[in-house]
Amino acid sequence: MSRKILFITTDQQRYDTVGANGGTLSRTPVLDRLAGEGIRYERAQPTSVVCMPSRASMLTGQFPSTHGAWMNGVPLAINAPSVAETLHDAGYATALIGKAHFEPFMDPFGLYAENSLANLGIPTIEQDWFDGRRGVHRGFDYLEFATHGVMGALHYAKWMREQHPDAIRGFYQVVDADLNVNAAGGGDTNAPQVKYNAVPREWYHTDWVADRTIRWLEEQGPDRDWFCWMSFPDPHHPWDPPKSEVGRVPWRDVPLPENYPQRASERESLLDQKARHWRLWYGGRLVSNYEAPAKWVPATMTGDQVREVNALNAVEVELIDEAIGRVLASIERKGWGDDVDVIFTSDHGELQGDFGLLFKGPYHVDGLMRLPLIWRPARTTALTPCVVHAPVSLVSLAATFLEIAGQSVPTWVEGAALPIDNDDASRRSFDATFTEWDSSIFGVDVHVRTVVTDDYLYTEYQPGTVHDGSEGELYVLSEDPLQRVNRFDDPAMAAVRASLAEQLAAHESRPGDRATPGVLMAPV
Amino acid sequence: MDELGVVPVASLRHERRIAADADIVWGVVRRPESIPDWFPGIVSCTVEGNRRVITTAIGLEIPEEILSNDDALRHFAYRITAPQYSFHLGVIDVFHIAPGDSLCVYSTTAMPDTLALLIAGGTLGALDEIQRLAEMSRVAS
Repeated sequence: MSRKILFITTDQQRYDTVGANGGTLSRTPVLDRLAGEGIRYERAQPTSVVCMPSRASMLTGQFPSTHGAWMNGVPLAINAPSVAETLHDAGYATALIGKAHFEPFMDPFGLYAENSLANLGIPTIEQDWFDGRRGVHRGFDYLEFATHGVMGALHYAKWMREQHPDAIRGFYQVVDADLNVNAAGGGDTNAPQVKYNAVPREWYHTDWVADRTIRWLEEQGPDRDWFCWMSFPDPHHPWDPPKSEVGRVPWRDVPLPENYPQRASERESLLDQKARHWRLWYGGRLVSNYEAPAKWVPATMTGDQVREVNALNAVEVELIDEAIGRVLASIERKGWGDDVDVIFTSDHGELQGDFGLLFKGPYHVDGLMRLPLIWRPARTTALTPCVVHAPVSLVSLAATFLEIAGQSVPTWVEGAALPIDNDDASRRSFDATFTEWDSSIFGVDVHVRTVVTDDYLYTEYQPGTVHDGSEGELYVLSEDPLQRVNRFDDPAMAAVRASLAEQLAAHESRPGDRATPGVLMAPV
Repeated sequence: MDELGVVPVASLRHERRIAADADIVWGVVRRPESIPDWFPGIVSCTVEGNRRVITTAIGLEIPEEILSNDDALRHFAYRITAPQYSFHLGVIDVFHIAPGDSLCVYSTTAMPDTLALLIAGGTLGALDEIQRLAEMSRVAS
């Protein structure tokens, strides 16, 4: 019998929303306990700050420029490598319950298994694998999907339509009549993507994902090895948690974020230091990507709207924490408590008012790039709890799962397994992470590369619709943890900049086979 | 719709060079009722006169109007008439290049622009199937 793996992801959750990371808005006792018993990473970075490329990196252990799902709406090739396939081969029962998003969600023809499985009523289907064999879809022999709200043809939406049709209207309508991310406001402050949802808590997708995970775990034999990816759609917008829970965090008591300058002139001054698309989006003059409402202008956002969004976000984080607690309790009841590795993270962050902005896009700063990452190794390993300071990347997750399972790491995996302490990080040179952004939609092209080291966050903008290839950002993390002072053009930083540029160039020219970049099939 | 009341329109065009006579390629697509055979994700359809209703793999029923079906020009045009879509025009043209060599062009113009992207994504798979069927038919003949 090997170690079992519970991989927990959330969607669009910042580092500072977890108590163990210093967060004070939401109470996260379950995550805090896992962090105290395990390894808490202080600087975990995604390979991309949007869902599909980032999640594909978790599954493949590859950067987006290698796996080919380079922006939202570009499907991960069906025969892309998958860590779940390797674990399946090793005898693990494999499940993904909740949000997958390796394939476009907007899929009117039902071309993708993620959107057709619920209607088919079967736990998985056979597809082509990376090595030429055929097997269960991306290596998972059990799949049950949910996303934000009750849209689409996924299992949760179907369940709600069949079991609780009257509760559906309580959810925020994520997409508007023009099929864009909805800008309509709600709540007390008319904040975008906010609604007080009358759905009972037990029918909300957070508890549904936990319930379905518990059910799947209960079906596994006591000696069966398993890999379960439990993937919560929250706290990604819309911020429409069950109304019954909203009183946990009264929005009027929520302080404004440290990185939300209250005076517009100060916000604009900060944005003007950055590459030009920041200010263009803020002022409503450029919509660079699909993920934020096209008809919403960040400059119109009020402080109270930021407070209300952050309050509801905190409520959603608390519900997730409690749901994780229920799943862990079920694992203890099964007698597996000492044999399970638990890894918790999120696919990317959320601006949540930083610099006067909300949602996400090609903005490589901590709000979107610094993520919660906690690894509680199985207690049988007797590893000493610690806090790892070195920068690590979610591209390391696949190799980590394989090491836990005692499997050799295939050559297609680009990221080394996560370090277990600071000495390990130093010994194996965990000193830089890389984040990529490429988008090309409705006539706007943006291409961004970022390297984060112990000391610096450095971004280069490649030529695109509003960038000529000369722009960049350089932040000294120790002096400027909020990334407010762009030192890119500071002559005193020329040597640092040159060194970081070399690291980015080395990343771009790294050896290894690259998949043909996929084709954009949908906006998300 | 933007602040001026303008809904963005998008046109997306995909094309495929096919190793088959243009008439063979046209033979794959010319019958309106044949669309489930070559458009992945469309599982069935009904045709009455110039009205076609397609059903997709996730159960969506989408009504369409056939605007043109011209054997001489090898030109097929149709539009989605569902009220939630402001505007849609789908056009398939098959061009003769040389014996055993043709070009199939599938263009989608739609409003809102997101709709064009969604439908055009499907037409890529359709071109794959049109090519496969035409080239298989060429071999068989």
